[in-house]
Amino acid sequence: MTSLGFSLSHARLAFSGQWLFDGLSATFAAGSWTGLLGRSGSGKSSLLRMIADLPIPDTHALTLTTSDQRPLAGRLAWMAQQDQLLPWRKVIDNVLLGPALRGRPTAAQRQRAMTLLDEVGLSDKAEQWPKTLSGGQRQRVALARTLFEDAPVVLMDEPFSAVDAITRLELHELAARLLAGRTVLLVTHDPLEALRLSDRILILSDQPASLSDFEVPGGQRPRALDAPDVQRMQSQLVARLHSAPHTNNEGST
Amino acid sequence: MSVLKRLWPALLGILSILGLWQVLVVVTGVPGYVLPSPLSVMQAFASHQQLLWHHAGITVIEIVAGLLIGCISGLGTALALARFHGLRRTLLPILLISQAVPLFALAPILMLWLGYGMTAKIVMATLIIYFPVASTCYDGLRQTPQGWLDLAQTLGADRRRRLLRIQLPAALPALASGMRMAASAAPIGAVIGEWVGSSQGLGYLMLDANARMQVDLMFAALLILVTFGVALYFTTDAVMRRLMPWHEDRIGATS
Repeated sequence: MTSLGFSLSHARLAFSGQWLFDGLSATFAAGSWTGLLGRSGSGKSSLLRMIADLPIPDTHALTLTTSDQRPLAGRLAWMAQQDQLLPWRKVIDNVLLGPALRGRPTAAQRQRAMTLLDEVGLSDKAEQWPKTLSGGQRQRVALARTLFEDAPVVLMDEPFSAVDAITRLELHELAARLLAGRTVLLVTHDPLEALRLSDRILILSDQPASLSDFEVPGGQRPRALDAPDVQRMQSQLVARLHSAPHTNNEGST
Repeated sequence: MSVLKRLWPALLGILSILGLWQVLVVVTGVPGYVLPSPLSVMQAFASHQQLLWHHAGITVIEIVAGLLIGCISGLGTALALARFHGLRRTLLPILLISQAVPLFALAPILMLWLGYGMTAKIVMATLIIYFPVASTCYDGLRQTPQGWLDLAQTLGADRRRRLLRIQLPAALPALASGMRMAASAAPIGAVIGEWVGSSQGLGYLMLDANARMQVDLMFAALLILVTFGVALYFTTDAVMRRLMPWHEDRIGATS
């Protein structure tokens, strides 16, 4: 897997007749992690879906270019807020979902899925039903499934928001280690998560919305929770998100 | 042991209804050709065993054949509708209209076309469950959670595999309730068919017994129908559970 950067331009999204954003552009450097923040209704999740070419009900358009000029389709992995494990597939078969949806998984692919489960610390759960796992374990299986695809670009929509705080911190460490070298775009509501994991933080705010940069702490990802920079910037980031005009769609701005 | 423990409240309820029935008949002295007592039904059952089993065999074959054909064709229709968008506009209105045809009214025509044998009854049983199975399955196939569809798309699934590996298993719980409903509706179709015209089967036997004022025999035939209906329901339920070993109410029991 070689790393792959991409950029978007002319991104526009309408919501009930109004442009939520229009003419957005951004570049995501190969191998970098970008945290995308914004208040509810700012359209950040929709932007992520647009990049992944997933269906959204509203009028939208987007131009995507990659660093090697070939299409992004087929080279991205998707991680959603919920782990989206299929309850009728055993843990290992969930990791093997990609090959199973494109054909029939081979023995070598099964072997690789086992290795990945081992890396997320769940090799002993391979033959269990997802129902028997905890929320954190399930999200680790989802991570293994994402890793299996070996995609250079990983899009994550609040992937750690459904687990408790401690589990979330553990998942940060694991994700940062296992997804190193990939171009990651992480939509999150959690300022701390963005500060720990991002090389770059983008805030989507105003109406029509635009993207603005927020300074990130120094040091290697995942940054320590108690690093003074992380603590200080967390309050700044919260203040910045708070002061951003609320882009709600109910009207009054 | 534990089965008995779970079943005894139900058994107790059934036995007390039977007891009440017996008392009612004895106290009121209602004649046997109006309402036979449970005991005389059991007597009729014992003395007409061979006759009853012969007719029951016919009806059971009709019901099971109708159930299988109806479920398979209903599921097939649902899969085709989910797979080929173009079919929906043609097939859905036809399905809806066909459902509005009262099956009772159709029965004599089926006898006319297919004769008085088993075929007409199997067709009746099939028809009575085909549409409900097709529509519950189709609804189930359409209601796949968006998250799974998103995942399938980003994983590069083709339409056929997405249907078979994601939408179909996701629809199994809906499908199971369709099948259970079909299991209780199929006997109705077969018995209607037998009433309208036949020389064999429990429906025929009941009609014949009615004409001869053998009400106890009618009840004995009814007893077989009820027992078989219940057995069919639980068998279908067990089969559907086997198909869904991951389902919530199974996990707790096995691990």
